[in-house]
Amino acid sequence: MTDASAPDLPLISARGISKSFAAIEVLRDVDLDLRRGEIHALLGENGAGKSTFAKILAGVHRPSRGTLALNGEPVEIHTPIAAQRLGITLIHQEPISFPDLSVAENLVLGRTRGSPLAPVPWIEMAREARRLMDLLGVKIDVNRPMRGLSIADQQMVEIARALASDSRLIIMDEPTAPLTPKEVETLFGIARRLRNEGRTIVFISHRLEEVRQLCDRVTIFRDGNKIATDDIANLSDGDIIRLMIGRPLREYMKKQGTTIGEVALKVEHLSSPGLFSDISFELRKGEIVGLGGLVGAGRTDVARAIFGVAPAQSGTITIDGKAVTIASPSQAIGLGLAYVSEDRAISGIFRTLSVEENITAAVPRQIAPQGVIRRAIARTLASDSVRKLRIRLASLRQPIGELSGGNQQKAILARWLLTDPSVLILDEPTRGIDIGVKAEFYEMIGDLAAGGHAILLISSELPELLALCDRVLVMSEGRLTADIPRAEATQESIMRAAVPRSSKTAVAA
Amino acid sequence: MNALRAILLRREMGIFVAIIVFCAIVGILKPRFLELDNLRVILLLVPLIMIAAMGEMLVVIARHVDLSVGSTLGFAAMMTALMFKLHPEIPFYLGFPVAIGIGAVLGLINGITVIVFRLPAIIVTLGTLYLYRGLTFIASGARQIDRQFIPSPLKAMSANSPSYWLPWIVIIAVVVVLLAYWFANHTRLGRQVYALGSNPAAAPLRGIPVTAVTLAVFAISGALAGLAGILYASRWGFVNPSNTGWGFEFQVIAAVVIGGVSINGGVGSVLGVVLGVLLLGCVSAALPLLGIPGTVQSAIFGLVIIVALVIDQTVRERGVQALTTTRGARA
Amino acid sequence: MTTEPALQPAVQTANPLDAAPARPLWQVVLIRPVMMTVVLLILEPIVASIFWPQSLDLGYVLSTFTLTAPLALMALVLTLVIIAGEIDLSPASSMALTACVFAAVLQAGVPFPLAVLICVGLGFVLGLFNAFLVVYLRLPSLIATIGTLTFYRGLAQVLAGDNSIKFPDWYMGLNLVTVLGIPVPDLIVTLAAILLALLLSATIFGRQIYQTGTSEVAAQHAGIRTRLIKTTLFVTLGVVSALAGMMFTSQLGTVRYDLGLGGELQMVLMAMLGGTYIFGGRGSILGTFLAAWLLSIMTNAMNTASWLPATQFCLLGVLLIVSIIATNFIYSRTQR
Repeated sequence: MTDASAPDLPLISARGISKSFAAIEVLRDVDLDLRRGEIHALLGENGAGKSTFAKILAGVHRPSRGTLALNGEPVEIHTPIAAQRLGITLIHQEPISFPDLSVAENLVLGRTRGSPLAPVPWIEMAREARRLMDLLGVKIDVNRPMRGLSIADQQMVEIARALASDSRLIIMDEPTAPLTPKEVETLFGIARRLRNEGRTIVFISHRLEEVRQLCDRVTIFRDGNKIATDDIANLSDGDIIRLMIGRPLREYMKKQGTTIGEVALKVEHLSSPGLFSDISFELRKGEIVGLGGLVGAGRTDVARAIFGVAPAQSGTITIDGKAVTIASPSQAIGLGLAYVSEDRAISGIFRTLSVEENITAAVPRQIAPQGVIRRAIARTLASDSVRKLRIRLASLRQPIGELSGGNQQKAILARWLLTDPSVLILDEPTRGIDIGVKAEFYEMIGDLAAGGHAILLISSELPELLALCDRVLVMSEGRLTADIPRAEATQESIMRAAVPRSSKTAVAA
Repeated sequence: MNALRAILLRREMGIFVAIIVFCAIVGILKPRFLELDNLRVILLLVPLIMIAAMGEMLVVIARHVDLSVGSTLGFAAMMTALMFKLHPEIPFYLGFPVAIGIGAVLGLINGITVIVFRLPAIIVTLGTLYLYRGLTFIASGARQIDRQFIPSPLKAMSANSPSYWLPWIVIIAVVVVLLAYWFANHTRLGRQVYALGSNPAAAPLRGIPVTAVTLAVFAISGALAGLAGILYASRWGFVNPSNTGWGFEFQVIAAVVIGGVSINGGVGSVLGVVLGVLLLGCVSAALPLLGIPGTVQSAIFGLVIIVALVIDQTVRERGVQALTTTRGARA
Repeated sequence: MTTEPALQPAVQTANPLDAAPARPLWQVVLIRPVMMTVVLLILEPIVASIFWPQSLDLGYVLSTFTLTAPLALMALVLTLVIIAGEIDLSPASSMALTACVFAAVLQAGVPFPLAVLICVGLGFVLGLFNAFLVVYLRLPSLIATIGTLTFYRGLAQVLAGDNSIKFPDWYMGLNLVTVLGIPVPDLIVTLAAILLALLLSATIFGRQIYQTGTSEVAAQHAGIRTRLIKTTLFVTLGVVSALAGMMFTSQLGTVRYDLGLGGELQMVLMAMLGGTYIFGGRGSILGTFLAAWLLSIMTNAMNTASWLPATQFCLLGVLLIVSIIATNFIYSRTQR
């Protein structure tokens, strides 16, 4: 497998790689060479295409167009196993493991071939596993089960797997997010050593400081395009941020002249171990407050805690001046909260049920005052919503699964507007929606605030936050790191607060 | 010291202690319970369940379940007995491959249905439980096959007399247990069974042949039920289309879940299941001695299944909790 | 932890950009699993009349249905449980246990109304225990109710031993009472079917049952109290199995612990043949109701043709698997 010919021949060269999901193109004509013995960072905002590209390399996705060459030879990577055989390993942020099997077995599983009744070489397996662990300099008992290992240790096991199969390309997708500073140091040490052995490492991270510490070259993605590839030394932090976000602001602006009223929702010292800690903020009537940050920063967890899906362990929530306890969504709805969740397919829609049933799902009292459903009321409510939000559909009785993503999302928004909420939490409301419908959403959100609703808008799209919000809160690694008024909010200021600087001790705003 | 602690904390230890305590209590109340004769009764009581439980264990570890083992046992026993009845000249040992083969085919039918139609195994095997039972009736013309048709050497294999201290069926059960231990712990396929049950979503990503593993566990479960079937004919000397193996699945599943096999897959050991079977055997043997009617048995099995499920669930949830707290402490 | 957008693409693939045109009305009405039941129900008496000429005689069909009626009654409620995304295999055992207790307390001279109360109360407790295991301990309902299936019937055996308990003469013969020529058990089942069908289609409770079964997570996010709904259904099924036991024993005059043995197969079969989706969220009372008649006619035809009970079970077992596969197939074709 090892190939020493032509040292300047890139290990991997990708040409014209494109990828579409349904009709949405998430990666466009990406050309990229990965050299032998380099650590190469992929940078970009959420959804910029860097993870998709990594997954194409690892055989998780297949490109819609374009070619890959390994050592100059064209290859097709159909499956993760094929990638493994070619010496490419992807290490997921949440590592894959078989929790009931031992560490040593997890290392070997799927790599060995042989007859089904071939004996399991327990002793050699453990010896080999121990050798790999020693090589990585980590102390993990290879005979213990995976269950209960920390994420850091599970990652080490994945890296050991990559070494065991003699991988030449190791892709690490945001590996440092769940690690402590010391663990990060260990990981970096290992990464450098692997590079020095001539292996290639692709490193996906949001932490500029880490990228600068570790990587040789960076490639920056934006909106599915490769924007630039350069030596890290040639780029300043400012350059990198500008390249990552450099796109024109959209022209949808919040309608001015809305009066901001009294406090509708007040959250104090909300904490949930492992997810977020000490979150405090206020939300006023008629105000749109953005909640920015990277994926995994804990924004959705805060929303779920407020809405009672997964209540926080400590802290207080005050609604309209009254302290409340919210243990379930039905209580939250009773208190005038509404939550458009992030994963519409799982926690939003009832796929096979009609649009009408979906829209009226949260207002049982209105459509059935005495327990019996009044068809006429339900139909009127639903068709009014359809008209008001301009939902495109063939019939109210159509299963909602047949609508487009944008129209499904409108129907979910319609569901919550029927509850006449005083506080509306929108979690990535425009994700996976095409641009035309997005514009409609922005207008609607503006109108809602003008109508006196208090809105908490969770979004990973900076322009969206800047255009719509009166204030932007930023979370990083489970803490609030900034509260930026509209006048001072820029893409740079939000990014700066969102990107964790020194690994764990997040800077307070 | 640590090794000792690890041994004491093993799940199997709990069952072991339960057996000792139970036997001690019954032994004090009815000293006859611990006498040699009675121990031999227990020894003859457990082999059938023991053999079928080894197959069921593998199915449950792979995160499925096989409710049809009782009917499979009945069908295999009936077909073998019919063969002996129609062709008395066939040597008795040929009954073994026949019974095992028939069982394996029935098991494969379960597995194929589960794989092809992506149905929950429990529903499929609930269907085949009745299907196989019905086939047994049709094949036998609803008539029992009596003692005179079962070959004597076969019956002798479970002879219970002092001259046969260790009846053959006990030896066969021991061999099956050893093979199961070897299979589960020392073969590639065996480990793939654990992996599949431990994380079915990840299994294909790691190149585990999910279809083959699933078919294998059902086929093994069927084959062992078939083996238990011919041993039934040996042990009782008759095969009845309605009684043979009726309700057997509940005893087998009870033994497996008491033995610490998790219905959530991936967890379970041969030693645990062996102890589970022995515990059930002791309970069954003790009831008549204690003057408790045999009718209580199925209530006890039912209760035992529920209690074992609840224990399994609590252990698992506590495990998950511990995991999240350690993560929380680190963040 | 929040989910990475990794899942997003798969979702988008499932949602085409533009709204697909609605299916034509005739398709919506005709291509659904319950039509399978209707067609079978029309065809079946004709086929069955080969073995059993009376299958075309309405009076005879009505009077033989009384023996299926108790299972049908439970199957109707079981349909709701399955639509809500769970299953209960224990009702036949609950019926046996409550009926044995009922008989025992009557024999002990407890006044009738009190005996009824005890029996129904026990049904309530048995249903609540199932709910406790499934809803609060979060055990998978299939396996948990297999446990209670064994346990409840075992308790009945403990209580009654292998003997039959006789009922007083005045209690017997509910099936011989007729209203407008229709035996009372048939009427009860029909009435229950109408009530449950109304509950399921016209009330908010019914709608929330569907929503719970379609996506429990989405239902919880929409403020629907799914745990309460499931608990209610399990408890109702427990109570109904007690009532079914009373109805059954009045027809039989005696009860043994093996009352309705294997009934779980027939009940699940009724629901599946009626087009209820094994994974929840879809199904109808009408389907189960029709399937119950279908099974009743079939059973009688097979009895008349003197098929052995186990042979019949064999057919039922095949039918169960085939009907699930057919239902799944129809749903996968018609609903995207």
